[in-house]
Amino acid sequence: MANVIFEHVVKKFGDVVAVNDLSFVLEDKEFLVLVGPSGCGKTTALRCLAGLEEVSSGEIKIDNKVVNDIPPKDRDIAMVFQSYALYPHMTVFDNMAFGLKLRKVPKDEIKRKVDVAAKVLNIENLMKRKPKELSGGQRQRVAVGRAIVREPKVFLFDEPLSNLDAKLRVQMRTEITKLHQRLQTTFIYVTHDQMEAMTMGTRIAVLNLGVLQQIDTPQTLYDKPKNLFVAGFIGSPAMNFFNGKIEKKDSKLVIKADGFEVEIPKEKNKTYEYLEGKKVIFGIRPEDIHNPEFLPAGIKPALIKSIVDVTELMGNEIFLHLKPRENDPVYVARVDPRTRVQVGEEVKIAFNMENIHIFDPSKNPENPIAIR
Amino acid sequence: MTRDKNAKKQGLKNLPVHFILIGLCVIWLVPTIGLLVTSFRPVQDINSSGWWTIFSKPKGYEEYQTYCASCHGEDGSALPTADLSDPDLVQNYKRSFTLLPSLTSDINGQPHMADIPVPDETQTADIIAYMKRLAGIDTSSTFTLDNYIDAFTGYRGNNTYRADCASGKQSLDLYCDIRDLMNPRGMGRAFINSVLVAVPSTLFPILIASFAAFAFSWMDFKGRQWLFALLVGLQVVPLQMTLIPISRLFAQLGLNGTFMGIWLFHTGFGLPYAIYLIRNFMGSLPKEIFESAYIDGASHWTAFWKLAMPLSIPALASLTIFQFLWIWNDLLVALVFLGGQHPVLTYQIGNMVTSLGSGWHLLTAAAFISMALPMIVFFLLQRYFVRGMLAGSVKG
Repeated sequence: MANVIFEHVVKKFGDVVAVNDLSFVLEDKEFLVLVGPSGCGKTTALRCLAGLEEVSSGEIKIDNKVVNDIPPKDRDIAMVFQSYALYPHMTVFDNMAFGLKLRKVPKDEIKRKVDVAAKVLNIENLMKRKPKELSGGQRQRVAVGRAIVREPKVFLFDEPLSNLDAKLRVQMRTEITKLHQRLQTTFIYVTHDQMEAMTMGTRIAVLNLGVLQQIDTPQTLYDKPKNLFVAGFIGSPAMNFFNGKIEKKDSKLVIKADGFEVEIPKEKNKTYEYLEGKKVIFGIRPEDIHNPEFLPAGIKPALIKSIVDVTELMGNEIFLHLKPRENDPVYVARVDPRTRVQVGEEVKIAFNMENIHIFDPSKNPENPIAIR
Repeated sequence: MTRDKNAKKQGLKNLPVHFILIGLCVIWLVPTIGLLVTSFRPVQDINSSGWWTIFSKPKGYEEYQTYCASCHGEDGSALPTADLSDPDLVQNYKRSFTLLPSLTSDINGQPHMADIPVPDETQTADIIAYMKRLAGIDTSSTFTLDNYIDAFTGYRGNNTYRADCASGKQSLDLYCDIRDLMNPRGMGRAFINSVLVAVPSTLFPILIASFAAFAFSWMDFKGRQWLFALLVGLQVVPLQMTLIPISRLFAQLGLNGTFMGIWLFHTGFGLPYAIYLIRNFMGSLPKEIFESAYIDGASHWTAFWKLAMPLSIPALASLTIFQFLWIWNDLLVALVFLGGQHPVLTYQIGNMVTSLGSGWHLLTAAAFISMALPMIVFFLLQRYFVRGMLAGSVKG
């Protein structure tokens, strides 16, 4: 039972900065998901915590103790690898007992602990098999089991589900969440799949190019992304972005983008007033774009016209690929399944202005910051 | 169905390949088989006929069939008055000039051979040889273990070890009991010497190389790459070039003619290649396995013995076979550093043939004695060549 603290952690490989000034505090029993595109430094950060990589500068604390110079085996952590990393020549039982044997735990104690873990993971009947006789999902369970029996302070998961098929992945996802609730231990989980991140984590840290973009609860991350990268990364399908300009029209603030113009709700005027006449990036999630015929209650719609480019029927919803004018970039809307439109048709579309995101490119043009 | 067709097509396509392969195998095997057959034949047979004649009928069979079988029958006992399977009767015809007159003379007023022409002298001699076999006078077998016994005991006489011992005329260095297996001139003693040389000379370098290979692949230290490159580079040093300096060094250290000396030599020369091979194998083991072990609490020592070694068994096994064979078959190093003090198999085989070229029937047996252990080693370890030890450790 321990907290994890990163303080200005930097990890360089030669000239390449893999983790750049990463700081966060993870409380005991939290489930933190590190998420980001490949090469963003999330795995490196995890490996630094595990002690498999030495940090270039900064401090990592586990249970308020600096662990920079403590070897992996003394950090009281357990790690589940993407490739499972089972010991191929040992049976499942020996795989799970390996760490305990090395720690000179009495034999009957080992047996008891392994049996308990096996029961939790539902692999009791596999104990005598070798890893090569197991399916991918079973191997994953064994790898998790090997971590559980050690009863570490912190569990580390390095993309543990990415080698499983889609169905199994969803199943294991819930199992790991349940495991966290049962064990009441600190979990750190690395993934590139924002879906996994959203469903599993109590908090999510979004990384890009070695820099921490935002660390927040899943809901906050979704509702109030701090910058353009987080806004675009979290959510599927991704948020739509339009280059636009904020202008004042009849004492109302409007966003003027390519091919359309929408009004900013009055109560938000104060926030965005200072941007008047400036270029901004306007973002709206596909699920905040509706068919005016089927508007949900209590939203502030702004109507615009668009041409239907492609329709994708999902059953429970329809994805419309739309463009305001013939040569404008396409954006995606997630509309009510009762919507009936033809490709090429000009339709009316309602933006829910309650949930708009406006990014100011004058501050950090590479990754504009959201203004709220 | 299409799959069946494809399989058939594939099979037909491979047919010439199979033929060529089988043909090559046969060509490759024939000399060895000849050697094997020869090693089980008596000296007299070896000297008078080729090994392939064991597949044909005994000497004189053809002639007997042509000239005698029609009256005397297949087994010679068809005529009760002239029973050729009777040793007493056959005893009277020891040479062709004793039998020939009987053949040309009349029996009961009829010519002996009737319409059949009379055989010539050589043919008659062959017939006599066959009659001796029929009558049981000549019981000599075409199969004998004497070559092996003579080779094992280091027998150097004109007869065989068994015959000499039976008649009590053995040379002074033979005891005619189990102690003869330790005769310094025999293959038995040489076999033990070879084992004493080969086993440590195989195990030492492989053990040391495993440690080195583990360090080269999984431990971080300065100059690792350079040191490894240097080691691999050391392989270019030819062994022959070092014989004299090392021999002088050994002379100063008193290691010449000792097993320790030859163990050291083989260990030194086995190391570079062994390290190179094992490192390449160990280096290709998944990194995560070791990382996982370190997190599990393993030290380098544990990781080496519990993970790296068991997982490298395929490489270790093949290396063991190669190193063992190389030392087992080595003559040069053994000759230089052990010489006659502790003769090994290769040295002893060389001594089997006298300077006059006699005694080469012992060579065939000696060759198979020296082949026995490598064969056993190979068949014991060969399954490791094909087995994929890593299957199932990582994804897939």
